[in-house]
Amino acid sequence: MSTPLLYALTGVVLWGIGLLGLVGLRHLLRKLLALNLIGSATFLILVGLAQHHNGPDPVPQALVLTGIVVSIAATALGVVLIRRYFHLTGCTELGNGAEGSKEDRAP
Amino acid sequence: MIEWLLDLLLALALVSTAAAALLSRDLFRAVVVFIAFGLLMAVCWVRLQAPDLALAEAAIGAGLTGVLLLDAVSHFRRGNSHGLESQAEEEN
Amino acid sequence: MRSPTAYVSVLLLVIMLTALLGRAVWQLAAFDSGSELPRLLQNNLAASGVEHPVTAVLLNFRSYDTLLEIAVLVIAAMVGISMARTRSLEDPELRTADALLRALLRWFVPLMLLLAAYLLWAGADRPGGAFQAGAMLAATGVLMRLTGMPLDFLRPGLLLRIGLVLGFALFLLVGLASAIAGEAFLAYPPGLSKALILSIETLLTLSIGMILLALFVSAPVNNASEPEEGEQ
Repeated sequence: MSTPLLYALTGVVLWGIGLLGLVGLRHLLRKLLALNLIGSATFLILVGLAQHHNGPDPVPQALVLTGIVVSIAATALGVVLIRRYFHLTGCTELGNGAEGSKEDRAP
Repeated sequence: MIEWLLDLLLALALVSTAAAALLSRDLFRAVVVFIAFGLLMAVCWVRLQAPDLALAEAAIGAGLTGVLLLDAVSHFRRGNSHGLESQAEEEN
Repeated sequence: MRSPTAYVSVLLLVIMLTALLGRAVWQLAAFDSGSELPRLLQNNLAASGVEHPVTAVLLNFRSYDTLLEIAVLVIAAMVGISMARTRSLEDPELRTADALLRALLRWFVPLMLLLAAYLLWAGADRPGGAFQAGAMLAATGVLMRLTGMPLDFLRPGLLLRIGLVLGFALFLLVGLASAIAGEAFLAYPPGLSKALILSIETLLTLSIGMILLALFVSAPVNNASEPEEGEQ
């Protein structure tokens, strides 16, 4: 087993952890963290699997570079939406609002 | 042999910081551990011989994302008066 | 409250999916396809205009992906800014009276800008490039904002709009120009590759820095009323 394959398998484990967090956690910001985790895991799998036989390969590296930048743009947009939602409703969790952490002051 | 040890430790550290970031009760601590995860990913990219990715991950993944999330967390704390109650509800 | 069976079934499902993915990765790894790409890349690197392979791939061989990525960033910035509810995109609560931070910024901001310019220039023949430099610019802006310095170029107005779309506009223009001239879309004319790549990268850096900074700055929400268009 070479180094890139080890990191690809680590990426698989991280992907599982991220998916569990995305589905199981309730706070929206934590879901966003889990989504970021899934993204990073995908990048590891992509580069690790590609470089397993042939060594350093610039094409998947370029694609993952693009992916990192798009990932932070998506995260930033997600934070803007979550904050807007929190400002309007006072909840940090989706659902019927019964489980959300409501606050005292009027939005 | 030493490199194998380094890779193994790095992989273990990645998995444990990821799990700690998602399982931690305090949101602030979760974001800080996530920043640490980003920095460990940067070291990973160096081990995978991808220095551009290491630069980008350190600047973007750890730096900018971390500041963004810390800003959001501090805003939630400021606006939320039910401190302990919300933490109890945040449990998985 | 969710029932325990829901928790257990979600856990089992995720474990199954992860095992499936692990098996797929393992089987793919045993399969040596002998990819042609690295060899093709090495043969054509000299013709691309830059010496660093990742930059060549990003800005020349697969420039279409980069074009679409910049388009995605611009769209994200537009959505983020449209959600902003502050009048000046500057939160007065964040102004610190911290003298140490201000004193540090006098050293940091010029150094960080210089580092961003170096990263952009170095992308031609060593690790670096537009994305890293753009992230450095955004980090400088974030630092300035955390100290409370007014970022006038981020007020909603013409300057902001021009800065956001400039990178994408030039990229698209180059692509369309070569398409109109009879070549393929986004095919650079052979002699001009390096100059085109450098100018596209410069504008991309500025745009990416501004986009990331605008997304960071538009996140704070306060009780301000709707901002008016073009209000300074």
